[in-house]
Amino acid sequence: MTTATKQLDELISREYQHGFYTQLETDTIPRGLSEDTVRLISTKKNEPEFMLEWRLKAYWHWLTMTEPKWANVHYPPIDYQNTFYYSAPKSEKEGPRSLSEIDPELLRTYEKLGIPLKEQQKLAGVAVDAVFDSVSVATTFKTKLAELGIIFCPFSEAVQKHPDLVQQYLGTVVPYTDNFFASLNSAVFSDGSFCYIPPSVRCPMELSTYFRINAKNTGQFERTLIIADENAYVSYLEGCTAPMRDENQLHAAVVELIALKGARIKYATVQNWYPGDKNGKGGIYNFVTKRGECRGDNSHISWTQVETGSAITWKYPSVILRGDNSVGEFYSVALTNHYQQADTGTKMIHIGRNTKSTVLSKGISAGHGQNSYRGLIKVLPSAENARNYTQCDSLLLGDQCGAHTFPYIEVKNHSAKVEHEASTSRIGEDQLFYCTQRGIAPEDAVSMIVNGFCKAVFQELPMEFAVEAQKLLGVSLEGSTG
Amino acid sequence: MLTIKNLHVSIDDNGNGKEILRGINLNVKAGEVHAIMGPNASGKSTLAQVLAGREGYQVTAGSVRYLGQDLLAMTPEQRACEGIFLAFQYPVEIPGVSNALFLKTALNAMRKQHGLPELDAMDFLSLVRERMKRVGMDEALLSRAVNEGFSGGEKKRNEILQLTVLEPRLAILDETDSGLDIDALKLVADGVNDMRSPERSIVLVTHYQRLLDYIVPDVVHVLSQGCIVKSGDANLARELERHGYSRVETENTAKQVA
Repeated sequence: MTTATKQLDELISREYQHGFYTQLETDTIPRGLSEDTVRLISTKKNEPEFMLEWRLKAYWHWLTMTEPKWANVHYPPIDYQNTFYYSAPKSEKEGPRSLSEIDPELLRTYEKLGIPLKEQQKLAGVAVDAVFDSVSVATTFKTKLAELGIIFCPFSEAVQKHPDLVQQYLGTVVPYTDNFFASLNSAVFSDGSFCYIPPSVRCPMELSTYFRINAKNTGQFERTLIIADENAYVSYLEGCTAPMRDENQLHAAVVELIALKGARIKYATVQNWYPGDKNGKGGIYNFVTKRGECRGDNSHISWTQVETGSAITWKYPSVILRGDNSVGEFYSVALTNHYQQADTGTKMIHIGRNTKSTVLSKGISAGHGQNSYRGLIKVLPSAENARNYTQCDSLLLGDQCGAHTFPYIEVKNHSAKVEHEASTSRIGEDQLFYCTQRGIAPEDAVSMIVNGFCKAVFQELPMEFAVEAQKLLGVSLEGSTG
Repeated sequence: MLTIKNLHVSIDDNGNGKEILRGINLNVKAGEVHAIMGPNASGKSTLAQVLAGREGYQVTAGSVRYLGQDLLAMTPEQRACEGIFLAFQYPVEIPGVSNALFLKTALNAMRKQHGLPELDAMDFLSLVRERMKRVGMDEALLSRAVNEGFSGGEKKRNEILQLTVLEPRLAILDETDSGLDIDALKLVADGVNDMRSPERSIVLVTHYQRLLDYIVPDVVHVLSQGCIVKSGDANLARELERHGYSRVETENTAKQVA
């Protein structure tokens, strides 16, 4: 092993910085999944009849399904009967009306994470809907948004206050029959975020949610639904970290985006869930279904993700380009270190005429990490003049990791133009030596080179997120080459 | 400044050590400019790389003292912070990292090492702009990625820009003249001449004499098959230009036989 490789190894081996566990009394229902569990969750959340029916249909459907095995990831079988499906901080019963009512322990947790809500409120107009475990505990900026007719609230609140909107849109992009994990989510989801932007309203601030898994052995099933009505605009940020935990935690979220005529939705994620230790023990299983539909003409949906956490990532944020002239974009940085595995990519389904999609994927593998890009570009017969450009780059750090690419292209219209470019490179000793010869420490050099590799994606992130993402890469990567 | 004694260096050649440098002795005093000349594969670049701390070379014998320290015990970044600068023969591209960021990171890493406050963006920019003018570089190159898409001449000039910004104690220029047209060569030479000072030493590694028309060295060494076979003043370089390396090599062989 060369000295550079050793240095990189040391860097890679740093401990997860967000590992701590908050002592909170939780309101947890017994382990296991049955029709009763689903009914209990619905009752606890005081849901209207249509929600319960939908959950039950999802549950019954889920029973007929088997877990997908096609992804390039490996993990021991999940015991779905040994998982908690609902857990909420106790203080939720009273329902906090302001920050002062929130459990101080909880607030301290956020502060450790570097997201003090009090500061966030004052900061550059970011509204935070903080999800702690399964129940939203704080929502800020609500009044300001309400003046514009924007609804931004916990999903459970939307079910109570805006049942018509929920009923109209829920499951229309990701139906409860969609896939194993989406069906499971539909049956047992606990909470999440709901957002509706009325016609011709431009949401004046970045909407942001921080998720955090905390209760032991609690699968977290978030449900997010964002609707941008005609000519509306919204930019949504989602960021995650999780405390250290030995047992694997299942996370199966569903995010649905709906852009009506002329609307634009930008959805950005920085994901830093506990990836397991350097020997591959523990870590989050992140099996997420994210999909947007450009339902109206001239609509536009962009996904930007920076995935550095989780033991296993299974995630394909996709866009259905139904409206004519609609645009779908996917910008991704996925990093796997230690024994992390990621199978991620996108699906662009071209249905409308003159639809365009862009895919830019940057995969970084270090340690024993395995990183797969899996993408589908599908052009239906109706999609006259569809265009796609895909660029898929992999960067290898060290000689124990792997990068894999699985591009699928299905074109059923002759006027379509689909381009795919791919590259694989490694941080060379040349690059590293060039930097160290200029006095730059090896860990800073690696971080700088990797950030350079990801630049095109970071440019798509809102400013404050771009900075956070860069720091995150520095921390999660902490070295690699050979 | 720099004292090399009986330096032997090998590289790994399919499991066998292949000796590249075979007993180099060299003494560079502060303020001096030394030229190391020699035919291809004589070990010139190896010497430059070993001094800068590149991996992959085994020092099998000898010592290198730099400012009273054991140079060979230091990491590349320590050597850089102590004032050793290598202008690369083939400068490396770093996609997505702007030239300005790279240079600022390097400069501040060194300043930090010396207990100086880091330069902020404004101070750095005014410094680097001034130095760019000196080496005749287009400011647009600052925002481009490090060496990416640079022409051969731009890459070499970029090395000289880094040299003038980082202001090392000992600058080693590895074939900086190769691939430069005459105008670029003059600009590079001007940049290097500007850097000459009683506190700074410069080691020029070159194959051709023409660079030495513009940067006149105090001492010229001829390196052949891993040994310094002849040393002299600037006239030695001109002699080499007229007669080629073979004569010096023949003389040396004759000496060894005698």
